[in-house]
Amino acid sequence: MGMTITEKILAAHAGKKEVRPGDLVWAKLDIALGNDITAPIAISEFRGSGAKKIWDKNKVVLVPDHFTPNKDIMSAEQSKILRDFAREQKLKFYFEVGEVGVEHALLPEKGIVTAGDAIIGADSHTCTYGALGAFSTGVGSTDLAAAMIGGKVWLKVPEAMKFVFNGKLPKWVSGKDLILKIIGDIGVDGALYRSMEFTGDAIRSLSMESRLSMCNMAIEAGGKNGIIEPDEITKKYLKGRSIRKPVFYASDKDAKYVSVTEYDASKLEPMVAFPHLPSNTRPISKVGNVRIDQVVIGSCTNGRIEDMRIAAKLMKGKKVAPYVRTLIIPATQAIFKQMIKEGLMEIFVDCGAAVSTPTCGPCLGGHMGILAAGERALATTNRNFVGRMGSPKAEVYLANPAVAAATAIFGRIAGPEEL
Amino acid sequence: MLFKGKVFKYRDDVNTDEIIPARYLNTSDPKELAKHTMEDIDKDFMKKMKPGDIIVGEKNFGCGSSREHAPIAIKEAGVSCVIAKSFARIFYRNCFNMGLPILESAEAVDGISNGDLVEVDTVKGEIINKTTGKTFTVAPYPAFMQELIKAGGLIKYVAKK
Repeated sequence: MGMTITEKILAAHAGKKEVRPGDLVWAKLDIALGNDITAPIAISEFRGSGAKKIWDKNKVVLVPDHFTPNKDIMSAEQSKILRDFAREQKLKFYFEVGEVGVEHALLPEKGIVTAGDAIIGADSHTCTYGALGAFSTGVGSTDLAAAMIGGKVWLKVPEAMKFVFNGKLPKWVSGKDLILKIIGDIGVDGALYRSMEFTGDAIRSLSMESRLSMCNMAIEAGGKNGIIEPDEITKKYLKGRSIRKPVFYASDKDAKYVSVTEYDASKLEPMVAFPHLPSNTRPISKVGNVRIDQVVIGSCTNGRIEDMRIAAKLMKGKKVAPYVRTLIIPATQAIFKQMIKEGLMEIFVDCGAAVSTPTCGPCLGGHMGILAAGERALATTNRNFVGRMGSPKAEVYLANPAVAAATAIFGRIAGPEEL
Repeated sequence: MLFKGKVFKYRDDVNTDEIIPARYLNTSDPKELAKHTMEDIDKDFMKKMKPGDIIVGEKNFGCGSSREHAPIAIKEAGVSCVIAKSFARIFYRNCFNMGLPILESAEAVDGISNGDLVEVDTVKGEIINKTTGKTFTVAPYPAFMQELIKAGGLIKYVAKK
């Protein structure tokens, strides 16, 4: 019997010819990642274990992106723990403010993660890298500490669910909308413990940005990983970028899936997730009149250059609605620079949006755009839980960058067609 | 291990932002984190609970962020264990790795109401609702997980190798 792409990558990293769902394996890692929230606990556990040297200074990656540039003294102390550890262990990949970006945009961009890799990160959105054809999953700080010591992680081989998108995607419908559609259909635990494999000609036509955005939110359905088989688009993206030689895996024709769901991509619309779960979705045509106080365009889900181009194209020559704050947060410095080059910065500033240095910032209610009680935000981020962007009495709506741009101009949730 | 406490029961999909909001994650000090346990789902949880009390969730408890701060806060607050129909996978790993006892049992969750007095025997795999007198059995942890427990947690297990 055949194997899925996820099973093949796990087998290769566990030193086995084949693995089956339910098998417990110790997988060798290509990259282990931590950030300024999760790494301090991992570093403390690493030290507590008596270990002196990390397993591989080229494979442990620390990205202080959540509360940076540090918002207060306590968060500065957390970042300092990372900085001191990176210096002491001579880490190759530690990114200081000035070169740091949002981790899940930064690692693919720098080629630190590539096709065929097995990756863990002490951040739930580590599943993003499945877009490159890697096995990648979020873990906690203790798992990161164990990986820092031994370079391995224990994993249960997941069952796989296949999602097939056939046909041509309508204009303004992106990877974000496909994943919101799935989460709306199966719920926030619909893929619990499982691998989510995305395929079909509509997926093949998605840009790498859109694929990364889609796999990023596999965790929002409870998935262990989201993954897309590498193709020409993947190879083109990785060429000249990957620091390791990519390995391209594909699922066998007779691989086993617990479910196969088919969608007609041509019938989809941009999706909006209403408070307070990413599964509470509606197509843009059924949203109704929802006034908005703040719009956020950024994050590891939708802070990439394509997202910025889409938003700028729609906002060019227009003004943000009165009393609405619009925050644009490019996810990396390279994106920031590209925005300057292409004139996107000027467009955003002219229409009354604030542009920030890369940070996770408001996505998790950290800083840089916190909501007061009773306020509503529409964000291109990934979670709309109670209190996620500030006050537990505020509301967060999730959508793609085109919807976010239109919403900023109208001051209510709006589709790009309205502009 | 034997636990006995009053039950605080919550709904489906309790997420880690509700268990410990990110606005408090500028520290990893367990004592500081514990002050805000369950704050965004039950504002007065820390005022109402007593050490040893038990949290019961429906399905997908602990979904969302990977923050280990969530089980750390719950444990430091003095909660003895968490019972749910199912746990989100990262939360489940984290509990195991850092030592917060969790039990999966749909029958027990259906048979327990908010405020009930419940006794848990992890060795026997029993959950006894003292308020109603009903007993529920829990499946033992998988063999691999028991190995981890025996070693004294993941870090000790890995450090030994």
